[in-house]
Amino acid sequence: RKNLEDFSGPKDRSDFGFIIFDITADILNGKNYFVFDWNVKQLFLFLTAEYSTKNNALNQVVLWDKIMLRGDNPRLFLKDMKTKYYFFDDGNGLKGNKNITLTLSWNVVPNAGILPLVTGSGHVSVPFPDVYEISKNY
Amino acid sequence: GPAMDLFGDLRRMNKRQLYYQVLNFAMIVSSALMIWKGLIVITGSESPIVVVLSGSMEPAFHRGDLLFLTNFHDDPIRAGEIVVFKLEGRDIPIVHRVIKIHEKENGNIKFLTKGDNNEVDDRGLYKEGQNWLEKKDVVGRARGFLPYVGMVTIIMNDYPKFKYALLAVMGAYVLLKRES
Repeated sequence: RKNLEDFSGPKDRSDFGFIIFDITADILNGKNYFVFDWNVKQLFLFLTAEYSTKNNALNQVVLWDKIMLRGDNPRLFLKDMKTKYYFFDDGNGLKGNKNITLTLSWNVVPNAGILPLVTGSGHVSVPFPDVYEISKNY
Repeated sequence: GPAMDLFGDLRRMNKRQLYYQVLNFAMIVSSALMIWKGLIVITGSESPIVVVLSGSMEPAFHRGDLLFLTNFHDDPIRAGEIVVFKLEGRDIPIVHRVIKIHEKENGNIKFLTKGDNNEVDDRGLYKEGQNWLEKKDVVGRARGFLPYVGMVTIIMNDYPKFKYALLAVMGAYVLLKRES
């Protein structure tokens, strides 16, 4: 994790988080229902990092997303994934933050009808270190 | 034939019948407006039904799809939600997904949006110097959707002749139809 200038956003320096993750998920069967029923066109899956900082009581950052169409393999075995989107905090709240919770959620897009947002039952807590990383070449 | 019958009908209609038909028409228009206003009150959104205008949310939504919105004040804005927002000074509503939120203890929230089908987030769309959206920019949250139905509005916009023809046909029907 580093402290970098976010050129795309506010002018001050903000904390930049770097996470590598694995996802193992079975989206096919919910607790009492079949997720991909006749009226489901696709699922929009996304990985959210949720945490609290001194600056903000609640922060949510979408790190990665994927579209799963009806007919795609509903089982995910993703390893060593890099985040798709930059994980910038609004301020310096990542340094020493022990509790970043990663959850997988999805937006059900029907052929017609209601658009529910569902959060998966698993979640992971990720602690960030107390010190910034010295510049590395990626 | 039928054309001569129609012309005969028009001549036979006296003033009283014409006024009656006009009032009928006005009543239909008023009822439609009342239903629309009622929807605005129930959903809390100034624009409870919107038509998707661009392909930035494909493959979920396509141009011409219809979205049903709610905008309840106590509904928190959370990452992953599909919001419809208006940028200051612009009339066109934009339908994109919330990808980042930072909420203070007192409920003050600032958030960032991005179209599913776009490579980059919406910062390029926001006003000069604006980095975040706020609750006041939100027209509503997308709760339901119907495909294709909104195409009629888009066609009427792109082909005004079609719109006038449609209105003329509707007007003629309502004014001329007989109540038995």
